[in-house]
Amino acid sequence: MALKTEHMTLNMGPQHPSTHGVLRLEVELEGEIIRSVKPHIGYLHRCFEKHAEAMTYPQIIPYTDRMDYLASMYNEFGYAIAVEKLLGIQVPERVEYIRVIMGEFQRIASHLVAIGTYGLDIGAFTPFLFCFRDREMILNLFEMTCGARLLYNYIWVGGLSHDLHPDFVRNAKEFVTYFRPKVKELNDLLTYNRIFIDRTTNIGILPLETAINFGISGPNLRGSGLKWDIRKNDPYSVYNKFDFDIPVGTGLIGTVGDCWSRYFIRVREIEESLKIIEQALEQIPEGDVTSAIPKRIKPPVGHVYSRVENPKGELGYFIISNGTPNPFRVKVKGPSFVHLGVMNELCKGHMIADVIAILGSIDIVLGEVDR
Amino acid sequence: MTYDFFYKLFNSDIIAALIQSLLPLFFFILPYALFAVWWERKVSAHMQDRLGPMRVGWHGALQPIADIFKLFQKEDIIASDTDKSLFNLAPVLVFVGSYAAFAVIPFSSAFIGSNLDLGVFFLVGVSGFAVAGILMAGWASNNKYSLLGAVRSVAQIISYEIPTILIIITIVMITGTLNLNTLTQIQTGYFWNWMIFGGPGTGITKYVLIPFMVLGFGIIYISTLAEVNRTPFDIPEAESELVAGYHTEYSGMKFAMFFLAEYANMLAVSALVAVLFFGGYQSPCGYLGNILGLKWFIPVEQLFWFTAKGLFFVFVQMWLRWTLPRLRVDQLMNTCWKYLIPLAFVNLIIIGLITLM
Repeated sequence: MALKTEHMTLNMGPQHPSTHGVLRLEVELEGEIIRSVKPHIGYLHRCFEKHAEAMTYPQIIPYTDRMDYLASMYNEFGYAIAVEKLLGIQVPERVEYIRVIMGEFQRIASHLVAIGTYGLDIGAFTPFLFCFRDREMILNLFEMTCGARLLYNYIWVGGLSHDLHPDFVRNAKEFVTYFRPKVKELNDLLTYNRIFIDRTTNIGILPLETAINFGISGPNLRGSGLKWDIRKNDPYSVYNKFDFDIPVGTGLIGTVGDCWSRYFIRVREIEESLKIIEQALEQIPEGDVTSAIPKRIKPPVGHVYSRVENPKGELGYFIISNGTPNPFRVKVKGPSFVHLGVMNELCKGHMIADVIAILGSIDIVLGEVDR
Repeated sequence: MTYDFFYKLFNSDIIAALIQSLLPLFFFILPYALFAVWWERKVSAHMQDRLGPMRVGWHGALQPIADIFKLFQKEDIIASDTDKSLFNLAPVLVFVGSYAAFAVIPFSSAFIGSNLDLGVFFLVGVSGFAVAGILMAGWASNNKYSLLGAVRSVAQIISYEIPTILIIITIVMITGTLNLNTLTQIQTGYFWNWMIFGGPGTGITKYVLIPFMVLGFGIIYISTLAEVNRTPFDIPEAESELVAGYHTEYSGMKFAMFFLAEYANMLAVSALVAVLFFGGYQSPCGYLGNILGLKWFIPVEQLFWFTAKGLFFVFVQMWLRWTLPRLRVDQLMNTCWKYLIPLAFVNLIIIGLITLM
């Protein structure tokens, strides 16, 4: 007679050190092997989309900050672009440059958190603090610009809340020169570490076809080997004026589309962002950043979908206007929410420790998953 | 030396032996554990561009004492569906297991808790004690994370004991003794008499032994790292996966017992490595006491050298912990069964042949 066996259900989270916020993963285990993973979300739901219907267009900006709180600048950036498209206004050149600089700094900051916490998930504590040390400097730059360190309300529809601080360009250049060698240090400490490679290569392989079917975007899609970046493929703002590469997973170590591949895309994107920042700091024109801000925002009846390349992937805003100062509907297509959907596909057959490695490698922010 | 003193004082061998065995606990291990907690925080902080504790005492030196007081005051939570007797017994067992190991470790020629002829054997056996405690803790907690942590831990400790013991056997084959004090005394003189440099012998055998001793040292250091659950083998308490592993449900003083046991274990295995390969309490470069003609000063120097060697290996453990990521369970087992054990066996056979020659 065969012994009766049953799978063990393990609830990871909502209070768990490595779920990157308040996520609950219902993991079905057979010993240490995973049979299925079911994410339960909604612990951080703040009714962003419903709130947006009751507010005017500029009032929504602080709320977009709170979605992906590690990439607030970029959320504002995307929202501002969408509303400007709806209004049909042109913003001054200087504003576009500052937005790109801020956006790319935000990308670096977001990737530093992703890389640092990923190291932490794998068990390496020190890279985490190194990353946060460097992120701190970016936050200092932001603080210098707009007074806030996490939730900025800086990029407004039609312009910016403040012009740059007089020292900003010098400090930003100093940061770029300081930071270049730190990427190498990070690579030596973590990226090419034998144990790290053993832990992350050939784990959670995301085939390109699955990635496309699940609507994956950003570094996760590029990790699977598709050269797709909205900054290049559907350029917005002034991105077409800069020279930068789109890193793609090549299977340098391990397989294309595994955790290491996704991780390494982020490391290389930091370098590309530094390139963009350097060029933008050189070319930045003079001008007034508040001149194009409309006094009263009342878009004509219509709708718009606008997307930007957020640090985590494609961030899309679908806005329906009914001709009043409040939007009729604001729908956000957030990358983290989409990426979380693929967890089950990635985790099947791996071990408990790999759930953490995979979750870290897709780099989600629960603030944006739940909104 | 100390035993004779207490024997005369109390005129009872049991009391003398008891005091003798408890002395290191109170005067060495507990202060060491408190120091190590602070030290680890400082080491990690300075590696990470931080300062670490700075408020309590000089550079936060009194922080661990404050921590212990805090833990004393904490509520001792016992979750409802736990197996209470096992739950309460487990930390005691782990604590006793790790502290009992120090009974046989020679701190200096004048001070050994108990000069057992089966010293190494006792040490290996007693450190295996912790396995039972950990399994009890994990099972009694009635928590899935604890259970997974405990199962992993037991698998890990038992597996890694094999290469450790195989390497210990090589030393025993060369020196012909299981007594840790005798083992240390054999390695007397200058540092080239240490086992890592082929031991005190002369001639070709000594030089032939050196590479195998270095290999043995590498194996035993890696496997003792795994035995005390330190990074890269801190899988049982992998905080990013299993919250805190087998001691997830423990709070207050019971948690502190696990915590102090971990630090004591770190020193115990470091001391073992130091005794087996680096001459234990022997000075690498002669004694000041001999030069000055102060015989009583020699044991003090020996205590210094023993502490220095032990703490050096503890420092390396900390260094590794704050540098390396963590392995996965199956990789951990692979490392042990596919690499360390075969290598240790080969080492054993070759050293056996060398000693026969």
